[in-house]
Amino acid sequence: MTTWSRYLSQPTSAELLADQQRLLFVRPDDAEQEEELVETALPNVSELAFFLEQAGVGLGKEEMHRIFLALKQLVDSEELQRCRLWGKILGTTSSYIVAEAECKEGLEEEEEEEKEEEEQSDEGAVKKEEDPLLQTNLKPPPVVPKEALGTGANKFMFYVCSEPGLPWVKLPSVSPAQITAARQIHKFFTGRLDAPVVCNPPFPGKEVNYLRAQISRISAGTQASPLGYYEMQEEEEESDAEDSYEVNPDFEGIPVAEMTESLTNWVHNIQHILPQGRCTWVNLAAKAGDDSNENEEEEEEEDEPEPEIGPPLLTPLSKDEQMFNIPPWNTRLSSRLTPQHAVAVLRSNLWPGAVAYADGKKFDNIYVGWGVKYMGEGYSPALPPLPQGEFPTGPEISEAVDPAVEEEESQEEHEGSQEEREESDEEEKEDDDDE
Amino acid sequence: MDANTLYCSLELVAGSGHTLNSEQRAALQTSLVILRKNYKFKRVLFWGKIMGLKEDYFIAQGRGEDELKDRTSLYSFNCIDWLQLPPATDALINHVTTAAKGRFIGDPSFVYDHDPQQRPGTEKQAEEVMAAKVTEEMRLAVTVHLIDEEVSVVPRGAFVKRPHGLVQLNPSFSGLSESEAIKLDNYLHFSEPKNLKKKSILELGELNPAIDFLDVLSDDIPKGSWSLQLECAGRVCVLRSLLWLGLTFYHVPMTQQHGYIYMGYGNKNLDLPFML
Repeated sequence: MTTWSRYLSQPTSAELLADQQRLLFVRPDDAEQEEELVETALPNVSELAFFLEQAGVGLGKEEMHRIFLALKQLVDSEELQRCRLWGKILGTTSSYIVAEAECKEGLEEEEEEEKEEEEQSDEGAVKKEEDPLLQTNLKPPPVVPKEALGTGANKFMFYVCSEPGLPWVKLPSVSPAQITAARQIHKFFTGRLDAPVVCNPPFPGKEVNYLRAQISRISAGTQASPLGYYEMQEEEEESDAEDSYEVNPDFEGIPVAEMTESLTNWVHNIQHILPQGRCTWVNLAAKAGDDSNENEEEEEEEDEPEPEIGPPLLTPLSKDEQMFNIPPWNTRLSSRLTPQHAVAVLRSNLWPGAVAYADGKKFDNIYVGWGVKYMGEGYSPALPPLPQGEFPTGPEISEAVDPAVEEEESQEEHEGSQEEREESDEEEKEDDDDE
Repeated sequence: MDANTLYCSLELVAGSGHTLNSEQRAALQTSLVILRKNYKFKRVLFWGKIMGLKEDYFIAQGRGEDELKDRTSLYSFNCIDWLQLPPATDALINHVTTAAKGRFIGDPSFVYDHDPQQRPGTEKQAEEVMAAKVTEEMRLAVTVHLIDEEVSVVPRGAFVKRPHGLVQLNPSFSGLSESEAIKLDNYLHFSEPKNLKKKSILELGELNPAIDFLDVLSDDIPKGSWSLQLECAGRVCVLRSLLWLGLTFYHVPMTQQHGYIYMGYGNKNLDLPFML
């Protein structure tokens, strides 16, 4: 029966994919001969693949080359300034190949305008509906605002595709609520961007948002560079620009042996995400003060929340906390027999699959894994909250059954007859006294 | 995976993210040949890599006449010098699974601290348990055995059970077809079957006793603990276990090529039901 399948006209999935991947190899006719000295946004994935293979991480030579060509397609179609292969996240039915790119400035404004329009239309609709109903005084807790594109957790844009050759999908920017929710759940990815994330506590969004949140967490936790490769930019005017750094032109490279010996030679180059879900802390109490001017006295009495501080950018990895009694990182040399030409490999124990390599002046990071953090021996999900207690029952609020009319009348007669008897008793007594 | 096809099959499982670098591959090609000659194995496989905090263990497995029962595992740090692992008996498995927790360290003589509070049995039992300590070598042997027992995979038809009861490679296996390869029913666990006896006679009547003497993957609980994908431009069918993260099985449809490898941290994913 199996031979018949070749005569049927339905193409196999491999054939369909091959047709799409053939486009990767087509060179556009109008491509001018670019000068070799021009810097391109395209990363040198072949070189990356070689070093990663030395480090023991890899996706296969041909697959890496297909990814290389797919990144080239992405850079050409989206006109990106800077692009990097971030890694691969495995899922249960299919996987995601993730590319990191720097934000273009023009896009920021478009997204903000769209958001404002949506908010206005929502408010208008809600106001009309609420007018005939009673308005409650209960206000939902203020939502932590998203960070602007190009700063903090939204510093880079991410594109994903499930196979090189298929179109790249841009991931939306991440909100602090999504990051806080992602910290509490432990779920695999399915491979479909529109799949719902079913868990407790409920995740605000679909798999595409969960993916974006995990990518932010992994980047913040595991992206590392050699000490001295980046240096902080000294901004004079704005104090917000804590996350600006630039490549140090005087970097001479650290010998590989020193990179493997101590973790002080590696530094984080992505800002740490605070418990609030953002990289820069926002004082929510100050924001609430704008809305209600009546309760000024109460606000002054309340304690102001303490600002959350995280480690500053470019802190060495040796200062990372140890969790679950295992060191957060381990370093190796890629080769024992030829240490002269070996590469320093840094692996993360908290995010299994995050690897960085360094060889003198060259370094890079990659993540290939399932997208979940190491949670220690056992993980128990958050239990649903207890049901709210009811108002305690008592006589003042419990209904008493009203007596029926016949019962009332019989009660009155009974009382009336009692009074007569009492009166007659008194009369008898008076008579007795008189006598 | 078979040592003879190591050079090309490593590319096919690389989709999971882990490979061996060129130095390790070259060392394996030499040392596995020597290993086979010294131990007189019929076939020698590179089983995989267990990553510890300080060192990584490379595991090789030799197969004798009966592929299912004659299995010997060996470990090495540099892919050249191999040391034999003790066979995993039931008593050893029970002993190790209570005592050893956390990640592998990378030192085979490391002794795991046994928590005496966990055993509320009689004093005699507690003494016996305290006397025999759990080393990492024992834990390694038990982990390799458990992974083989629970998640080793072969395609249906790749192994036959001979009339004397020996399980051997099927020389006339030509591979699963494209449509068969994407169904989980056509993959079998390569360990002693537990579910076969529970099947009804009607189901048993359809099975071929020479080929279907193993448990099918689709009967695994929880459902969804296997991830089946087509990789390498859709030409290779890759199965990944979600119970032991790191186990990857590959099969190229319509060819005889198949194999599995474990590249991971050596810990069972007990949170699986929460993660699906």
